[in-house]
Amino acid sequence: MTSNVDIRDLSISFGEGPAAVKVLPGVTFSVEAGECFGLVGESGSGKSTVLRCISMLTDFWQGSITVGGRDIRQIPRLERCRLLQMVFQDPYGSLHPRQSVRTTLSEPLKIHGLDDHEGRMRRVIRDVGLTADFIDRFPHQMSGGQRQRIAIARALILEPSLLLLDEPTSALDVSVQAEILNLLVRLREERGLTYIMVTHDLAVVDHMCDRFAVMLHGEVTEVLPRTAIDGNHATHPYARELIGASLEYEGAL
Amino acid sequence: MEKPVLDVRNLAIRYGGASRDAVRGVSFTLGRERLGIVGESGSGKSTVGRAILKLLPSAQITADRMQFEDIDLLKASERDMLKIRGRRMSMILQDPKYSLNPIQRVGRQVAETYMRHFPATKAEARQKTLAMLEAVKIRDPERVHDLYPHEISGGMGQRVMIAMMLLAEPDLVIADEPTSALDVTVRLQVLEILNGLVRDRGIGLIMISHDLNLVRNFCDRVLIMFDGQVVETLNAHELDRAQHPYTRGLLAAQPRIGDRRKMLSVLDRRPEWSQEIAQ
Ligand SMILES: Nc1ncnc2c1ncn2[C@@H]1O[C@H](COP(=O)(O)OP(=O)(O)OP(=O)(O)O)[C@@H](O)[C@H]1O
Ligand SMILES: Nc1ncnc2c1ncn2[C@@H]1O[C@H](COP(=O)(O)OP(=O)(O)OP(=O)(O)O)[C@@H](O)[C@H]1O
Ligand SMILES: [Mg+2]
Ligand SMILES: [Mg+2]
Repeated sequence: MTSNVDIRDLSISFGEGPAAVKVLPGVTFSVEAGECFGLVGESGSGKSTVLRCISMLTDFWQGSITVGGRDIRQIPRLERCRLLQMVFQDPYGSLHPRQSVRTTLSEPLKIHGLDDHEGRMRRVIRDVGLTADFIDRFPHQMSGGQRQRIAIARALILEPSLLLLDEPTSALDVSVQAEILNLLVRLREERGLTYIMVTHDLAVVDHMCDRFAVMLHGEVTEVLPRTAIDGNHATHPYARELIGASLEYEGAL
Repeated sequence: MEKPVLDVRNLAIRYGGASRDAVRGVSFTLGRERLGIVGESGSGKSTVGRAILKLLPSAQITADRMQFEDIDLLKASERDMLKIRGRRMSMILQDPKYSLNPIQRVGRQVAETYMRHFPATKAEARQKTLAMLEAVKIRDPERVHDLYPHEISGGMGQRVMIAMMLLAEPDLVIADEPTSALDVTVRLQVLEILNGLVRDRGIGLIMISHDLNLVRNFCDRVLIMFDGQVVETLNAHELDRAQHPYTRGLLAAQPRIGDRRKMLSVLDRRPEWSQEIAQ
C-alpha cells in the first residue's frame, strides 16, 4: 500500500484570545506516493508542527490533510497508526522514561493483534543497528543515539506506509546515520513507503529526497527538486541564502 | 605552555550494575581552545562530559588526575561542585527539552539561573534573559520567554540552554551536540558566539558533535572516541588525514552534496578496535 499526502491551507494558532499566535499561516504542498519529501528551513519555522498536524498529535488545525486520498480526520485512530508513524525530533521526550524497550516495542504489536512479538522485535532492533540485549534496557541506560534508534524501531515495527521523520539522524554519528539512511532507502524500494523528512542537513536531502520544501516563519517559501541544491538553483531569497550557507558549511569555511 | 583549563589523566567510568567500563583510559588536556569530541553513538562522549561535572551519582569514576583550574575534581565534594557547576563550568546537555523543568516557563528558568550566580533583581534578570535570547537569534524573545519547554521548537531548546550558559560566564563549557537542531544559518551565528567566548574571554570549550563539517571547520583539535576509548587525536583541519580505520570509516560514511547516489558506505566494526590502547 502506498500513500500520497496532500496538504491544503494548513493553519494553526497556539494560545487563546489576544495572546493567540498563528504559527502556520497557510501551508500547502503535496507529496506523491512513494516519494521522499524533505522539509528544511529556519529553526522555529514550523517543520515539526506540520508533522504533528499530519499525524493528528495536534488536531486543532484548519485546512485539509489527506493521506491516500482520505481525509486524515476520518481515519480511525487504530487504522491511522498502521498507516503512518512518526519519529520525533527529541528521542528522550518521545520514549516513556519508565518503559523498557520491550514494552515500547511490544505494546503496539499487542494493540494491533500481531503475532511473533519476539521475532519482530529482534528484526527491527537489528535493522536499526543495535543488538538484542537492548530489548531489556530503559531510556536512561542508553546514549542519545541509541534512544533515537529505539524511536525509529518503534515507528517501523507496525510497518506503516507513511513515515514522518523529524531529524531522525541528527543525534547519530555519521556511520550509524549511513546505516539508518540505507535502511530507509531499502524499505522504500521494497515496500514503496512514503517519507516526509525534516532535516537541517542538505547533504541528507540531496542523498534521500526527490523534492523538498524550504520553510521560513511558518510559510513554505519554495518547493524545489533535490537537483536545485548543488549549484544553488533556488529563486526565493531565503531558500538561496540557506542553500548557499549549506554549500559553504560543507566546503571549507 | 600556559596552564591548561582542564587536565584529565586515565579516566575510567563504570555505570552502576554494568559489567564493563563505559569509558576507559581517557586522557587529554584542554587549554583556552576549542576541543572537539567525535565518536560512535554510545562510545562515551556524554559520559566523559558528565563525569567532569560529577553529574554521575550512580557511576564509579576513577582517574589518575582530574584537575580543573585550581580544583582537584577527584577530591571535590558535592557541596564544592554546587558552587562550581553552572557557574565556573557549564554543560549544555544533549537533550535540552528534557533537561529543562517541564512545568516552568523557559524564560523564568534562564532568569533563575542568572540570579543563582549573580546578585540581581527579578526585573534585571528578565532584561538579561531577553537580551540573551535575542543574542542567540530567537525571533520574538518576549513570546518565547513565556513558553513552556514543550511549546518551543527543538532548535529553540538548544538556544535556551546556550543562553543559560552564556549568562553564567563560565571558564569551561562542555557543549554536547549544542547546535544539531539549528538550521545552518543560525548555527553559524551561534558558533560565532561560542567562538567569541574562546577568543575574547579565553574559556576552554569542549564540543561534542557528530557533525564532521562543524568539527573540521570550527574546532582546533579533535578527539575521536570509539567504545569508551580515545582512538585518535588530530588537529581539526587535518581531520581528513586521519589514520585510524574508525575515523576513516566515519569520513567515508558522510553524504555530500552533489555525490552520485549510491548506498552510503558503512563501518565494518572490528573487535580489535576495542582492545586496550597502549598509553
Ligand atoms: N504548543 C505550543 N504552544 C505555543 N507555541 C508553540 C507550540 N508548539 C509549537 N509552537 C511554536 O510554533 C513554532 C514552530 O515550532 P516547530 O517546533 O514546528 O519549529 P521547527 O521548524 O520544527 O523548528 P526546529 O528546527 O528548531 O525544530 C515555534 O515558534 C514554537 O514556539
Ligand atoms: N545510566 C546508565 N546505565 C548504564 N549504561 C549507561 C548509562 N548511561 C549510558 N550508558 C551506556 O554507556 C555508553 C556510553 O553512553 P554515552 O551517553 O556517553 O554515549 P555517547 O558517546 O554520548 O553517544 P551518543 O552520541 O549516542 O549520544 C553507552 O553504551 C550507553 O548505553
Ligand atoms: Mg522541530
Ligand atoms: Mg551523547
